[in-house]
Amino acid sequence: MSTTHPTRAPHDVRLAASLPPTPAPLLRVRGLSVSYTPPRKGTHLGTGAALRDADLEVRPGEIVGIVGETGSGKTTLARATVGLVAPAAGEIEFAGEDIGGLRRRARRAFRRSGQVQLVFQDPLRSLDPDLTVTELVREPLDIAGTLSRAERGQRVAESLRLVGLDPEAVADRRPRQLSGGQRQRVSLARAISTRPRLLFCDEPVSALDVSNRNLILNLLDQLRTELDLAVVIIAHDLSSLAGIADRVAVFYRGRIVEQGPIRAVLEEPAHPYTALLTASAPTIALGHEDRLTPDRLRPDPDRPAWPADLGCVFAHRCPFAHDACAEQPRSAPLPHAPQRQSACHDAVVWRERLDPPHPQKESA
Amino acid sequence: MASPRERTLAVTDLQVSVGDGLVAVQDVSFEIGRGESVGLVGESGSGKTLTCRAALGLLPTTGRVDGGRIVLGEGPQAVELVGARRSTWDGVRAGRIGAVFQDPASYLNPSLTVGHQLAEQLRVKRGLRRRAAHDRAVELFAEVGLHDPAAVFHQYPHQLSGGMLQRVLIAIAISCEPELLIADEATTALDVVIQAEILALLRRLRETHALSLLLVTHDLAVVAESCERVLVMYGGQIVESGPTAQVLGDPQHPYTRALMAVATIGDWGRRRLDVIPGQPPAAGEEMPGCRFAPRCPVASAACTAGPVPVTDLGGGRTTRCVRSILDEAVPA
Ligand SMILES: Nc1ncnc2c1ncn2[C@@H]1O[C@H](COP(=O)(O)OP(=O)(O)OP(=O)(O)O)[C@@H](O)[C@H]1O
Ligand code: SF4
Ligand code: SF4
Ligand SMILES: [Mg+2]
Repeated sequence: MSTTHPTRAPHDVRLAASLPPTPAPLLRVRGLSVSYTPPRKGTHLGTGAALRDADLEVRPGEIVGIVGETGSGKTTLARATVGLVAPAAGEIEFAGEDIGGLRRRARRAFRRSGQVQLVFQDPLRSLDPDLTVTELVREPLDIAGTLSRAERGQRVAESLRLVGLDPEAVADRRPRQLSGGQRQRVSLARAISTRPRLLFCDEPVSALDVSNRNLILNLLDQLRTELDLAVVIIAHDLSSLAGIADRVAVFYRGRIVEQGPIRAVLEEPAHPYTALLTASAPTIALGHEDRLTPDRLRPDPDRPAWPADLGCVFAHRCPFAHDACAEQPRSAPLPHAPQRQSACHDAVVWRERLDPPHPQKESA
Repeated sequence: MASPRERTLAVTDLQVSVGDGLVAVQDVSFEIGRGESVGLVGESGSGKTLTCRAALGLLPTTGRVDGGRIVLGEGPQAVELVGARRSTWDGVRAGRIGAVFQDPASYLNPSLTVGHQLAEQLRVKRGLRRRAAHDRAVELFAEVGLHDPAAVFHQYPHQLSGGMLQRVLIAIAISCEPELLIADEATTALDVVIQAEILALLRRLRETHALSLLLVTHDLAVVAESCERVLVMYGGQIVESGPTAQVLGDPQHPYTRALMAVATIGDWGRRRLDVIPGQPPAAGEEMPGCRFAPRCPVASAACTAGPVPVTDLGGGRTTRCVRSILDEAVPA
């Protein structure tokens, strides 16, 4: 495919008259690449890149879900957004300010301001076990240093209430004295104490059972309205995520391979990897015989192995790979749904090339 | 439907306590037939792990089996595991029960290659010679779906992804040809694609090795696709059991219904996500009647009047709810 830049999603063509005006994005990531090891000579952003050419926008009050396998660059995007790693290429704009290009000191100041906060998977590991709930929630305020002592105390209580915890009851407890769901609520209270504008949650529910998982997700949904927060949630559980998220971005091997409104993306994926994800998701609603099964989305085991690192990041696992796939497709809007993007040469047509269902069961 | 199958595991009236005699598992009875897959489901803290660990002889240091029986196998092969001696346990763990857990990395030695660790097992437990152990290890790695198994043999745990490590652990667990494989949240930390692959692998191994499977999870959706029978656990007790399709198609216990409401439904629409309000009881917490009563939407005075026994509903189904005794249908 072309190596030139295709035109960006044509936002202006979206029947502007009939839609409410879209607020300007709070976070705008463009062409972002991050590499943890310096690129080798001659290989501009070679295979060491943890994130390649990512475009993503998040608007105030919006929840964007991020899905993808381990090591696909999800956490790297989170780290770059809060200024923990410097990008190798591309732009990160937050509230109109270029934060990707900030120098070390300015980047630190931005981080301390608490406008963007991170929430991690395992609060037992991310919360200091020796601090009390009050101390934990107050810490980001102490770092930001903008409120008086009394104001901080108030803010701590307010934040705990916002996540559904009784400040009186939990103030002096330490992480070990809380249940898993309560601990994750404390992490949330801690993250919102600086009243951030963007919350980046890295697998906030993976360590929780299903009931607590839903509880935390509902809470995030409620916080985004009450605090007009933009929220990015990295999660495995597609179905729960679909319950609260507006849009989703699908990561594979350092690239965003598909993104768009979550329901449309999951119901009718425009990338074979997204289709594999939805086909693999467990469900108690059995008897969906028309559902695609994972085996139909895997290449024939006898197909010759796709050369490593050639072209499309998904080609080695893609049953539809063909000659054109030797070139990495750029993420492009779908012709029939310009608010959706897919990085697949066959975004619209791969479905027609599905083999009929195998009579035997899928293999592992 | 009494199982005509040979029995692999029979647990009867198991009681386990932790810490200072806090009862965490009580009155637990179930059976697993040969080649059968059984799911053990419940919220965090319901006692699933302690039940498994009792059957593996791997209770935490503060844990103790206070009563009941755990019998592995049938006929002349039968072994009582409660109060078994060390040598019995060693034999059982070396050859009859395998286990995989949520965090595979913590069960491997980071400074040895994964192939070495599997080959070592084969040498010690199966008495294979060096060369034979190597070849068998490569064969097992291939069998659990690891690509390029000969290369994987020489890799260290940190070089493999979570999904690959779980396959290595499964290879180690089945290397001694066990009768029973216990998988405690073995797929919880994995992404959905890998989770589905591991579940499919377990299904396949069950067929090729006549392996019985006890699959522990908090998500009914995982059980729905992988287990013939399901045991629903709450507050240390089994509150409902039966063939999976029937239990999910017509749940009898209000807790099963609550779990179904929070399980993954495979729907991609926007919706209010259900939660089960309140907290499950802690270990040692004594309650006058049904342990689910404080959270049950249909609780009545009869529920807390005294202990609620297990009712046999026929067809291999049981429930522990006064409504079944009073023959009152649980309102949907
Ligand atoms: N080592 C221990 N010391 C004290 N209490 C324990 C110990 N292990 C478990 N418990 C308690 O016993 C009860 C049952 O725990 P168990 O780990 O079996 O639950 P589970 O169903 O496996 O939960 P999860 O889904 O979180 O793994 C809980 O109340 C738990 O707090
Ligand atoms: S570009 Fe080609 S290899 Fe990549 S996902 Fe699309 S069809 Fe498959
Ligand atoms: S016994 Fe009563 S409280 Fe317990 S589950 Fe049945 S109806 Fe609910
Ligand atoms: Mg457990």
